[in-house]
Amino acid sequence: MTNEPVISAQDLSLTFETNDGPVHALKNINLDISKGEFVSFIGPSGCGKTTFLRVMADLEKPTGGQITINGVSPEAARNARAYGYVFQAAGLYPWRTIGGNIRLPLEIMGYSKSDQAKRVQDVLKLVELSDFEKKFPWQLSGGMQQRASIARALAFDADILLMDEPFGALDEIVRDHLNEQLLDLWRRTNKTIGFVTHSIPEAVYLSTKIVVMSPRPGRISDVIDSPLPADRPLEIRDTPEFIEIAQRVREGLRAGHGPE
Amino acid sequence: MRCSVFPVIAVICGLMAMWYIAVVPMNIKMALTDAERSGMVVTPSGAKERRDRSAILLVAQNPFAIKATFSLERPRLPAPHQVAIELWNSTVNKKITSKRSLIFHGWITLSATLLGFAIGTGLGTLLAVGIVYSRAMDMSVMPWAIASQTIPILAIAPMIIVVLNSIGVQGLLPKAIISAYLSFFPVVVGMVKGLRSPDHMQLDLLKTYSANSSQGFWKLRLPSSMPYLFASLKIGIAASLVGAIVGELPTGAVRGLGARLLSGSYYGQTIQIWSALLGAAFLAAALVAIIGLAQRITLKRMGMA
Repeated sequence: MTNEPVISAQDLSLTFETNDGPVHALKNINLDISKGEFVSFIGPSGCGKTTFLRVMADLEKPTGGQITINGVSPEAARNARAYGYVFQAAGLYPWRTIGGNIRLPLEIMGYSKSDQAKRVQDVLKLVELSDFEKKFPWQLSGGMQQRASIARALAFDADILLMDEPFGALDEIVRDHLNEQLLDLWRRTNKTIGFVTHSIPEAVYLSTKIVVMSPRPGRISDVIDSPLPADRPLEIRDTPEFIEIAQRVREGLRAGHGPE
Repeated sequence: MRCSVFPVIAVICGLMAMWYIAVVPMNIKMALTDAERSGMVVTPSGAKERRDRSAILLVAQNPFAIKATFSLERPRLPAPHQVAIELWNSTVNKKITSKRSLIFHGWITLSATLLGFAIGTGLGTLLAVGIVYSRAMDMSVMPWAIASQTIPILAIAPMIIVVLNSIGVQGLLPKAIISAYLSFFPVVVGMVKGLRSPDHMQLDLLKTYSANSSQGFWKLRLPSSMPYLFASLKIGIAASLVGAIVGELPTGAVRGLGARLLSGSYYGQTIQIWSALLGAAFLAAALVAIIGLAQRITLKRMGMA
């Protein structure tokens, strides 16, 4: 393992040209993410956190500055299938079973049939959906569908997992449970995770590094390295350390928001 | 089951009742002429006198003739039971190879319909793929496809038959081409919509796998378009049948449902016209039902029904 950052952004900017003039979605972003980190991006709507994630995934092109993923351009990283991406909605194909949905990236990437079957089994076990391989998406609850979509992103074993508010549409109880499972999964697989969220407790609970962003123009207003231990039961959310970090995130959000 | 059968029966009964009621004034003048000829007293007397009278008034003045309006040999509007008897006689009571068998004529039209439907569906799908994947085709083909459907088929059908005949193509194929001309359009429109139905997120997902465009077509766009395709096929198969029948009209064809309609109108055989019409309607209903069944089975297997 080298000390090279897995994701490195220097002076990154992205401006959308719209009919109402240019919109600065990202401006002068500098950030390094090391291997095995769990990084949350938090901020109000329009702060560019999703855009930043999409730039890492090569779903948007930056208009200024540099960004490298594993030392290469996002496009090269995407073509090398360096990351798995989890969207806000599960987006499972309704005509494929859960197993078939997880097999989708494997089919596209040309894995052998036997390898496909084994990997589907493995990731289904990882997200505790082993009994649902033959079920269709509509037969599963929203939380289970989102777990299946995470399994789909994990199936080809990319080192980086990019997640765009994956639990945003789920209720609090399901969300807590999935957060616990996600942490557990991260500890076991040692993946680098980029995680966009609206929720302060979620960001603090999950992350080793919290990136607070602010809108107009989208920029980083604070980066907090979490002192919390890697092993985190849900109860950690009631400890003074946790509350202190949450406080700092809240202040960062308030400062970035300006006197509106 | 019972609650779906009852409304259907109710509507059929209503239509039958309206049909029977319409038969009386439609045929009264002819019935009165026959009655007068056989020596009955009719008010007013003389066909010339009655010509400009209101049919409803004549029915009121000559109620004895009502019964006769249901059993004329060449009625202006045949009664439902007359059409039913003709349908029965020309299907069950005739050998299939007979020129007077409706099944024989139906098969002639059906074969052109199916061939035209296959050509139209294939062509429509190909055009839709082209339109979705090529900006140039999107801009150039779609206006022509729309323009093609604004031309009355009755105007263009004879030209297709004549042009193809002059290069030696006749029989099934010219009719099938007219069928295809009508049926490709709903397939183009439906498939373009269907192939474009995947949302941004689903397309982005494939991009994160760096899938190529043929994978995007087979794994995402084509399966997403299935519900749209079947809706189009239902319209397309009915349009195909219309095309095949229309294709039989201008050439004075002697075989096919269109030929039955034509010869019926030459010889004033209204009962024959109506039975051919109903035969065509039953055929269309059966074809649409078959597509519906295929849709149910396919979408069920795809987990989408």
